[in-house]
Amino acid sequence: MPELVHSHISDGGEHRTSLLRRDVDEAAARRTLRQQIARLERDLSALFTAAHPRQGLAWDVPAPGGPRLLSIGELEVLRDALADRLEVTRRTLRDRGYVETQNRERIEEMLAEPRRFKWVRISNDDIGEPGCKHWHARPRFGLLGMLMGWWRVKISSGCP
Amino acid sequence: MEAEAPLRRGWVEPALRTEFSGLGIAVAEVAAQSRRSPAGVKQRLKHLSDITHGGRALAQRREPIASAYRIFFRQIGIDPEDIRPPAEAAMLERMRAGRFKSRNTVDDAITVALVETGVYVRAFDAAQVQGDLGLRVSVPGERLGGDGLELPGGTLVIADEQRAIGLIFGDTAPGRGVSPDTRRMALGAVQVPGVPDISVEEAMWICSDILTSS
Repeated sequence: MPELVHSHISDGGEHRTSLLRRDVDEAAARRTLRQQIARLERDLSALFTAAHPRQGLAWDVPAPGGPRLLSIGELEVLRDALADRLEVTRRTLRDRGYVETQNRERIEEMLAEPRRFKWVRISNDDIGEPGCKHWHARPRFGLLGMLMGWWRVKISSGCP
Repeated sequence: MEAEAPLRRGWVEPALRTEFSGLGIAVAEVAAQSRRSPAGVKQRLKHLSDITHGGRALAQRREPIASAYRIFFRQIGIDPEDIRPPAEAAMLERMRAGRFKSRNTVDDAITVALVETGVYVRAFDAAQVQGDLGLRVSVPGERLGGDGLELPGGTLVIADEQRAIGLIFGDTAPGRGVSPDTRRMALGAVQVPGVPDISVEEAMWICSDILTSS
């Protein structure tokens, strides 16, 4: 009988220890997830600032709704959604960056040889810069310049 | 000038403190009424409007305090792009309206403190607050203010010692906010992890100063 009692008590103790350990582990997991969410949010904010003045980028990340304590599962979903948003936005900005670099090079080429870029128009928006400035390859003196092949790049001064 | 009652720390439910190390609420009580703001406060709002511009609004989310609130919003299930943290909301409103509009001493004091420090101060009718203010998690079936909106279990609330009197960032329970009959106000500033004590103290001081000197 004493062995049975001892065994019973011992089992209960192990069960409590196991529950306590699970609580501690879960709390630690939630803390880790919150730290990851914090880092991702900071990265996303930095990207938001760096992306200016580019338009048309999505910044929203689906939230489970609050204000409340989120479960581990909800925190994981949120972290993954943030990571996805960050990745997609970075990729979009990389792609745009490539196009913007191409456009900058094109402006250089346009300025060097306007005749090769007849009627091409590149704006600040196309090179990821703020403002309304644009470069437009057009003929000097209108129709006459067009017939004579007198092309030039006209640079607008800015917003109307 | 000091707050009429000294600034003190409100209570935080231990479970919540464990989950969010650094979460707290600073509280103070002041004898003040809501009324039209005097010229000095309006001038201060105008000055803040003048020094606030699009560039600052754009970079705001990278400022340490604004970032801390943003992160906390994420961590408690709110998308800050959807429901803006208070300082960002104030900045957007400034951009939209062209200035920080003067409304009354309470709203103006909160706005000045918010824009100058980034910390959001809440004001309640002290006569409707039972005991100290604190932060806790709602229990299933609980209602805001006892008879208001039903709160889903686990909602983060500002509470007095009897009931939830407001969402941590959001609605105030009916009858607990400042009204024309209010003579004493209980001020509370939620300090999220990452916000320094000195900013919270400054925000409370600014609010108390404007409210008690108006």
